[in-house]
Amino acid sequence: MSNIKYILGHFEDPDDLMHGIDKLQENNVDIYDVYTPMPIHGIEDKLGIKRSRLGKVAFGFGMTGTITAISMITYMLVIDWPMNIGGKPHFAFPDFIPIMFELTVLFAAFGMVGTYFFANHLAPGRAPRVMDLRATNDRFVIAIDAKTNTAHDQIDNILKEAGAVEVKHNERKYVSYE
Amino acid sequence: MSSHHESILREPLVTGENITYSRVTEEILVPVENKPNKAWWIGFIVSVLGAGLWVFAVSWTFWFGIGEWGLNKTVGWAWDITGFVWWVGIGHAGTLISAVLLLFRQNWRNSINRSAEAMTIFAVICAATYIISHMGRPWLFTWALPLPNQFGSLWVNFNSPLVWDVFAISTYFSVSLVFWYTGLLPDIATIRDRAKGTRRRVYSILSFGWNGSVKTWQRFELVSLILAGVSTPLVLSVHTIVSMDFATSVIPGWHTTIFPPYFVAGAIFSGFAMVQTLLLVTRKVMNFENYITMFHIESMNKIIIVTGSIVGVAYLTELFIAWYSGVEYEQYAFLNRVSGPYAWAYWIMMTCNVISPQLFWFKKIRTSIAISWILSIVVNIGMWFERFVIIVTSLHRDYLTSSWVMFYPTWVDVAIFIGSIGVFFTLFLLFLRFLPAIAMAEVKLLLKSSSDQAKQKLIREKAVDQVHAEYYLESLEKYDSVSPKVAEFQKV
Repeated sequence: MSNIKYILGHFEDPDDLMHGIDKLQENNVDIYDVYTPMPIHGIEDKLGIKRSRLGKVAFGFGMTGTITAISMITYMLVIDWPMNIGGKPHFAFPDFIPIMFELTVLFAAFGMVGTYFFANHLAPGRAPRVMDLRATNDRFVIAIDAKTNTAHDQIDNILKEAGAVEVKHNERKYVSYE
Repeated sequence: MSSHHESILREPLVTGENITYSRVTEEILVPVENKPNKAWWIGFIVSVLGAGLWVFAVSWTFWFGIGEWGLNKTVGWAWDITGFVWWVGIGHAGTLISAVLLLFRQNWRNSINRSAEAMTIFAVICAATYIISHMGRPWLFTWALPLPNQFGSLWVNFNSPLVWDVFAISTYFSVSLVFWYTGLLPDIATIRDRAKGTRRRVYSILSFGWNGSVKTWQRFELVSLILAGVSTPLVLSVHTIVSMDFATSVIPGWHTTIFPPYFVAGAIFSGFAMVQTLLLVTRKVMNFENYITMFHIESMNKIIIVTGSIVGVAYLTELFIAWYSGVEYEQYAFLNRVSGPYAWAYWIMMTCNVISPQLFWFKKIRTSIAISWILSIVVNIGMWFERFVIIVTSLHRDYLTSSWVMFYPTWVDVAIFIGSIGVFFTLFLLFLRFLPAIAMAEVKLLLKSSSDQAKQKLIREKAVDQVHAEYYLESLEKYDSVSPKVAEFQKV
């Protein structure tokens, strides 16, 4: 009994999963995390997860790209080596817009995705922290920390009543290390 | 939004009975988890032979120089830039499907976006190889980049659309790649968790350690949305800038302000045609009929007819403006296109791009798989000729009558073109073999709201208006959107 680290409630249907979360919360059981094969809309609100700030990150990186482009082009064509091209002004701003736009998009996309990978510890070769192998396939899994929530039988019952098709007691946190 | 039900009047996006989440996984992973079938091997061998021809012809070009092509001093751009613009255009549909249709909440994109994006990336690779190989001295390609150099740091000319193109194409390629791969992560994780041994290890590295937790999905959705938001203007900018390669010059026939919208419409047109060509075969060979339904095929055909008509209007506008401008050079350039020695190419273009897609106004034709497939190839032929006509007919009769010539491709030109198709199909077939061709997670999202079985269940439970339910059932049979078997099952 004391070896159990996590209790996993398996659901077959996202609506049952949502119902399960409600039931657990009514009984003051803390939910460690939920693993699903697809995004579940509205689950963040239910679990009290804050809005992601990645939008602001993307905006910041995008602006960096714009500034990089305009300062690079201005330095090269206006300051470092001004050239007479058809008698036109060296600071030919309309001509700079396409590259300013491209670098804005480039920096925003790479900066945001890089931040996302960093924040979620996603990297090539990283050992997957997976609690159940079916959570990426057809099962919607609620994980409950068994050390802090000691009333295991009660949790089992809540999960089953809410429609869980299977309740597992895992003695290891992650199965994918095997 | 699993509990959300969409209007019963909409056509189903997933057909078939008893589709469960695990069945979606299994059916989509059949080509990835099993040895490839005969059709795949035949296609792959033919494609690799084509790719081999490409390697040979490009090596030949690098060894002997671009004098081996049919170019002459009047026609300095021909099959090379035709091929480049053709491939870049084809590469527009993927991002259009994944980004623009995401912003417009068009759920039918969910089952076709993955393969369309893959196609985009491979088409841009083919386009990029044309850029490198037409440079003459390809090892000097770094001169197109703003790098410090020994000429006192002579920088690139940022006023030139060719430099904009370098930035546009490389940004487009890399952002599309990131968009595609980020979207693939959850599906690679699915393969990983079902695999054993070495396969598991390889897919584990590729999956970046994806685990599907709430926070991962929440951020994933935001990242996808923002990438779609930035990719939408990006995809429009790319072909706009490609068109400026021509439009900012002073060559009659190129120097027209209509080029950006006209090129973008043409790109979407040819891109959707290529998606249609590939997916109609893929869905049959891989048994994806439940996920890529008649509704998808019809929707794509509708986009083809819209963009084809826009292109047609652009052709006519060009002719009108050439006449209306009163500039005799401009007028001659278009008169020469329509009735000169390349009139045959112009009329092939007109027929394939403007006239034959109008057949899609007929529902019978729009919902016929065989005709859709043939017309999609016709469109691609037409779009190749469009670029050929724009490039070669504008160049071959310049201001000096004594330098008027015709362009004749050499075997190297032809081999590079055929070879690039081989490269494209080799990459696409490898993609089908090793990665899921349909975004599984996104199709799973549709299962409870937009699938035929969910709608049939609502009808059985009498949860919807009876009139609407009858309309839905009637349209299933009328438009043959689902297999007759399901419609039969409902009648009982």
